[in-house]
Amino acid sequence: MAGVTAAAGTDTMDRRDVVEYLLANRKRALVISGLGAPTYDVTAAGDDDRNFYLWGAMGSAATIGLGLALAQADLPVLVITGDGEMLMGLGSLATIAARQPRNLTVIVVDNERFGETGGQHSHTALQTDLEKVAHGCGIENARTIRSKKELSEFAKLTENLSGPLFACIKVKSANKPRVLPIRDGVQLKERFRKAVLDQESAL
Amino acid sequence: MTQTLADKMTQSWQASVYAVLRDNHVRQIAYVPDSGFSELLNLCLDDPAMSSTVLTTEEEGVGLLAGAWLGGDRGVLMMQSSGVGNCVNMLTLIESCQLPFLSIVTMRGEWKEFNPWQEPMGRNTQAVLELAGVEVFRAKQAGRAAELVQKAVQLVFEESRAVAVLIAQQVIGEKQWQE
Repeated sequence: MAGVTAAAGTDTMDRRDVVEYLLANRKRALVISGLGAPTYDVTAAGDDDRNFYLWGAMGSAATIGLGLALAQADLPVLVITGDGEMLMGLGSLATIAARQPRNLTVIVVDNERFGETGGQHSHTALQTDLEKVAHGCGIENARTIRSKKELSEFAKLTENLSGPLFACIKVKSANKPRVLPIRDGVQLKERFRKAVLDQESAL
Repeated sequence: MTQTLADKMTQSWQASVYAVLRDNHVRQIAYVPDSGFSELLNLCLDDPAMSSTVLTTEEEGVGLLAGAWLGGDRGVLMMQSSGVGNCVNMLTLIESCQLPFLSIVTMRGEWKEFNPWQEPMGRNTQAVLELAGVEVFRAKQAGRAAELVQKAVQLVFEESRAVAVLIAQQVIGEKQWQE
């Protein structure tokens, strides 16, 4: 297809491996996952009361992360979302930059596809460079990650509270088997708040 | 010094609403600016106990307040009525998770509106909110705004309800188109 980059090359990583790696040593991190594949990836890496899985509200993951990061300024907040979900809320990168929350990391697991709807190319397969978008919005520490080496360097930064950080991690386009977390939003909210507020009072 | 409701009534509606937010520990202020609430907004921006975030579009505020509550903060979304339409799908988050949601909306397109393009959204603001699961209180007189926001705050944060207080254009005054 004309205009499609060769980004999803042979050496790109597997999305499950990437998310599992990022969460393997999460320590105090709170996690917001964007709807679709990132929610399944985060679930596959291991359920945790401090995961808030989105099943809808496409485009909101980064701003939910921002509100949480502002409320809990001493805890690392990881937003793990997909390229389609991020593209629907690009303005939120400008909003995050306006606040410069040092504890917020936005991670886009970028397969350059709308995976849930049949694998249609997204804008990142065409012309859009999310690292440049984030950087242009004012997130100074924005990067594109294509290798395990770059991933391990980045993972070390997320707990330093030196953000905001943004990473667009290129992954293989193939869908993985769905691993489904609970869908009851009230339950997700209540267990998350209890875990966070307990952790806060234990500090 | 704690003000009584009677003291607040003698202030401008915007200073009174600010006092209600402050006294009820509403900490995160998400906003797209409107001249109709600029005094209120400036009071919030100047308050070191509040954390104010300018949005590129109102729907971001719905997510922001959801995240704020997940982290233990109370918040409010301030916008003008044209922004309500931008929030519709995001409001499903509020209903699905029964999250508290408080909004203060200044009206356009209803009274002495110079710009006819404001009318379609102004006419439908209340219906759109209600269809999206948000209760609506209308402040038609300046003196009632703070009282309605106080009532909304209690419902929202004590009962996890979603409430928008609409501030009528008569309360805000006529927008001046010539300097």
